[in-house]
Amino acid sequence: MMALLRRDLTLAVRAGGGFGLGLSFFLIVVVLVPFGVGPETALLGRIAPGILWVAALLACLLSLDRIFSLDFEDGSLDLLATSPLPLEGVVASKAVAHWLATGLPLVIAAPVFALLMSLPQEGYGPIVLSLLLGTPALSVIGAFGAALTVGIKRGGLLLSLLVLPLYVPTLIFGAEVARRGVEGQGYGPPLLMLAGISFAALALLPFASAAVLRVNLR
Amino acid sequence: MELVVQDLSVARGGLPVLSGVSFSVSQGQALVLRGPNGIGKTTLLRTLAGLQPALSGNISLDREAMAYAAHIDGIKSTLTVEENLNFWADVFELNEIEHAIACFELGSLRSRPAGLLSAGQKRRLGLARLLVTGRPVWILDEPTVSLDQAAVALFGAAVKAHLAQGGLAIMATHIDLGLEEALPLELGQFRARSTLADNFDEAFL
Repeated sequence: MMALLRRDLTLAVRAGGGFGLGLSFFLIVVVLVPFGVGPETALLGRIAPGILWVAALLACLLSLDRIFSLDFEDGSLDLLATSPLPLEGVVASKAVAHWLATGLPLVIAAPVFALLMSLPQEGYGPIVLSLLLGTPALSVIGAFGAALTVGIKRGGLLLSLLVLPLYVPTLIFGAEVARRGVEGQGYGPPLLMLAGISFAALALLPFASAAVLRVNLR
Repeated sequence: MELVVQDLSVARGGLPVLSGVSFSVSQGQALVLRGPNGIGKTTLLRTLAGLQPALSGNISLDREAMAYAAHIDGIKSTLTVEENLNFWADVFELNEIEHAIACFELGSLRSRPAGLLSAGQKRRLGLARLLVTGRPVWILDEPTVSLDQAAVALFGAAVKAHLAQGGLAIMATHIDLGLEEALPLELGQFRARSTLADNFDEAFL
């Protein structure tokens, strides 16, 4: 499984691997929003948590269909399914690779982007914390959606439609953590809910994804 | 080690294509599947490899014994030849790729990105992958597509060596590899007669 993780990360950073895709999308949104809503710092600061979370979510969505479809097209997925690796492990390590290539860079870059959005100082900790705990759920839920649509050519649209409703709870709790942080309220409960969603998704969804992949590979 | 298949029925898209397939292959033997396009060779091979469930029947060996090679080779074009092989060797927990590289004469190509290989060279890399699986039963679907004569000879030699070490091979191919251990199996005799299919327009299916 480590071999698969290593390979997926190598592929992500090589040419055409889509490593910077999510990050540059995030950057574009965050740079464009102040142009759209005007340079008023107070307004920007108020909408910053929501914008940052929506941008992170869409950035994740952008690279989801690469998780399985590339391996399906070149036959690797068939070969992985016949390999000694359990398919659940294959799904889990591909989701982890997706998070390391897409989610983690967003978490690390979030303070810089928050600055561009004039997020008040108190909001920095909560936004980074909420992205750190929330983006794994985005990758794991996304891997499930990618597994559902793996046999479908150009399945990106269907994938987005399937996955977006599943992303809503993560978005609500994630943005709520950041918003409460900005307003100086306690953000314990939504943070716990967010962590709960991530861990539940990580524990349960690989099994569902593997079952779906088995059906799709027939 | 012997692979015994009894009364196997396989389906594609829910419709049975072959039924009552029975054969046995023992150590050092190769089974060559023959039959017209669309008869169900690929479906049968995928079922044997454990990629899809059989409708009925028995396969004596576990899917863990099978190494599958399909039309497409599972090669990543941005990884080099060596990285591709190393990955599969790691997955199958075998850490030796030199033998595979030597067998398919990939030595001079080892640090070239696989995307720059010709179709025949890619195929050689795909077949070299079989050697790093360390599994006894090779399941080969049209293994010689896009190989030139010299490469077919290399492949024939690799299969021979595998059989000599006590391995088995089941392949769908139209080319004579010059294997004296090969047993032909004509699949036409197992074509499934579905009452349902008779009532449908073939184009509709």
